[in-house]
Amino acid sequence: MLAKLFSGDFPRSRVLAALLLVILFSLACAPFLTTGARMLNVAATICIFIVLAASYDLLLGYTGIVSFAHTMFYGIGAYGVGLALNSIAANWWAVFAGVIAALLLSLALALVIGLFSLRVKAIFFAMITLAVASAFAVLASQLSDFTGGEDGRSFTVPEILHPDFRLFDAEVFGRVIDGKLITYYLVFCSALVLFLLMLRIVNSPFGRVLQAIRENDFRAEALGYRTAIYRTIGNCLAALIATLAGALMTLWLRYVGPATFLSFEVMTDVLLIVVIGGMGTLYGAVIGATLLILAQNYLHALMGQTSAALSGIPWLSMLFHPDRWLLWLGVLFVLSVYFFPSGIVGRLRRSARPA
Amino acid sequence: MANQNSTVPTTVATEPPVLSTHGMSIRFGGHVAVNNVSCEFRPGTLTAIVGPNGAGKTTYFNLISGQLTATSGSVRLYGEDITALGAAQRTRRGIGRAFQLTNLFPNLTVLENVRIAVQGKAGLGVNLLSMWSSHIELIEKAEHYLHRVGLLERRTEIAAVLPHGDKRKLEIAILLALEPDILMFDEPTAGMGVEEVPIILDLIRQIKAQGDKTILLVEHKMDVVRSLADRIIVLHNGYLVADGDPDEVMASPIVQEAYLGTGVAEHV
Repeated sequence: MLAKLFSGDFPRSRVLAALLLVILFSLACAPFLTTGARMLNVAATICIFIVLAASYDLLLGYTGIVSFAHTMFYGIGAYGVGLALNSIAANWWAVFAGVIAALLLSLALALVIGLFSLRVKAIFFAMITLAVASAFAVLASQLSDFTGGEDGRSFTVPEILHPDFRLFDAEVFGRVIDGKLITYYLVFCSALVLFLLMLRIVNSPFGRVLQAIRENDFRAEALGYRTAIYRTIGNCLAALIATLAGALMTLWLRYVGPATFLSFEVMTDVLLIVVIGGMGTLYGAVIGATLLILAQNYLHALMGQTSAALSGIPWLSMLFHPDRWLLWLGVLFVLSVYFFPSGIVGRLRRSARPA
Repeated sequence: MANQNSTVPTTVATEPPVLSTHGMSIRFGGHVAVNNVSCEFRPGTLTAIVGPNGAGKTTYFNLISGQLTATSGSVRLYGEDITALGAAQRTRRGIGRAFQLTNLFPNLTVLENVRIAVQGKAGLGVNLLSMWSSHIELIEKAEHYLHRVGLLERRTEIAAVLPHGDKRKLEIAILLALEPDILMFDEPTAGMGVEEVPIILDLIRQIKAQGDKTILLVEHKMDVVRSLADRIIVLHNGYLVADGDPDEVMASPIVQEAYLGTGVAEHV
C-alpha cells in the first residue's frame, strides 16, 4: 500500500525520511499550528514551489534537459485562472475554463518548442526556451488592457475560497474554518497529489526511459527509443504540472502579475531549489523548496535579531545587519553547493548507504 | 555439397537475404570511409567483417544500424528499403547492435541497463502510470540475459564501476535482450581477459546454433574469426575487397597483402 503510494521510491535515508515527515506534518497542520497570515502564506508557497520545482526536476534531473521556460508555464497557469476569474465571473466554471485553456496553451507551446528544438543540441534548446519565455513575459506586460500590464490583476475568487466565507459558525481546534483555510487545503492536497503523481511518473517504465536518455541518449536511441519523442513528452508533462502550480498560486494570492509569476527570479529560485535539494530525486524539491522559502521569509528577521544581540560589537553587527540578508543567502547557497554537490538528498542517501 | 555461389557458403544460398546493402557509400568531407559496398546477409549465417584499422568496418556497421546515414546507396531489411529510417526505428525492426566502445547507462544498475532494453523490445516505453518494478516479467527476462553472460550476481551494482570485461558482457546482454533478428557485434572480446573470451564466444556460437539469426561480427582476432565465421568479407580503405568462404578468403593474395600481411603477427 505504502509502496504503491510512493511508487516504491522511498527516501532511503532515515534522516531524510524524518525531515520529510516533519515537513509533511507541518504543512498538513500549518493552519492549526500558527495564527499569523504570514506563516500560512509561507506554508502555501512551500507547497506550490515543491510542485513547481519537482516538475522542473523532471526535466533537469531526470531527463537532463535545461529549460528556462518553466516559469512561463507557471505564468500561463496563473494568467489563465486569474484572467478567467477577472473577466468571466467569480465561480468554479471560470476557474475550470481558465485551467483548461491554460493547460491547452501550455501543451501546445511545450509541444512546439520540444518538436522544434529537442532534436538538436541541449544549448540550443536552452536558448530557445529563454527567448520564448522572455517574449511571453514582454507580451504579458504589454497587453495591459487584457493582463493589467506590470500591475497585474486582482480578482475575486469563488465564494467558498473567499476569506470572508465561513464554513461553520463554531471554531474547530481553536480556528475559524474560513475561505482562506479551505484554499490552503485545496493547495496542500493538490500539491500532495501532484507530487505523488510525479513520483509515479519517474518510477514508471517511461520515467526509466527518461533516465536512460539522461545517462546516454545515443544508446537509448540504439535500443529503439526515439529520444526526441520521449524528451518532448517529458517537456509537455513538466509544462502541464507547472501550469497547475501556477493556477494554484494565483488562487491562493487572488492576484496575477508578471513580477510574481513570470520574472526570471522565479526561474532562478526553482533552479536553486532543485540543485540544492538534489537533482533527479524529487524529494530534493521538497527539502530545497522548504529551505529556500523559509530562508527568503525568515532570514531577514533572524538577522535582525542577531544584529541587535551583537549591537555592542561594531563590525559584526554591521555584517549581520538585516539589509545584508541577500548576501548571507548567497553565502549559504555557495556553501551548500560546495559541500553537497549531489544536493542535500544525494548527501543524506550516500551517508545512509553503509549503515 | 557443391558451392554454386562463392559469396554465400553452405546450404542457405537459396534463402532470400535478410539484410543487404546496395552500392553504399559515405563521405566525410573528402574522405570516403565506405565506398560502394554491396553485400547480402542470409539467416543462420555468421559473417565476419575484417580489415585493418580505419578500413571502414565500424562505419559500415553504423550505416547498417542507422547511427550514420549513407551519402549514397541503400540498406534493405527483408527486401524493404530502410535507408531513411533512424537508429531507433531500425532497432525496433530487428537490427540489434553491440558497440565497440562500451556504451552503457553508467549510473544505472547492471539489471536496469538490461531491463531498459527488454522494456524497449516489449514496447512499454510510454507507460507512464504503472511502476517499473511491477512489470516482473521484464525483470525476469533481464535476469535471464544477465545469467547468460554470467553477470547475474552483479545485477545490483552500478554499471560504471564494473571492470572492463564485465562491461563488455553487459553490452552483449543488452544486445541479447533486444531479441533482434540481426545481431551485430563490434569486437565483442576487445580488452577482455583471456579466461573471459570463451564465455562470449560460446554465447555467439549458441546464438548461431539456433539457426534463425543473422550475425555480423567485426573482429581482429583471426583465431576467433576462423572458429566462428561461415563467411568473411574484407574491407580495405572503404572498399569491399574480398568476400567468401573463410579459408578461401584467408588464402587470397589480396587479403594477405591488405590485411594479414601485417595483421597476423599483431593479432593472432
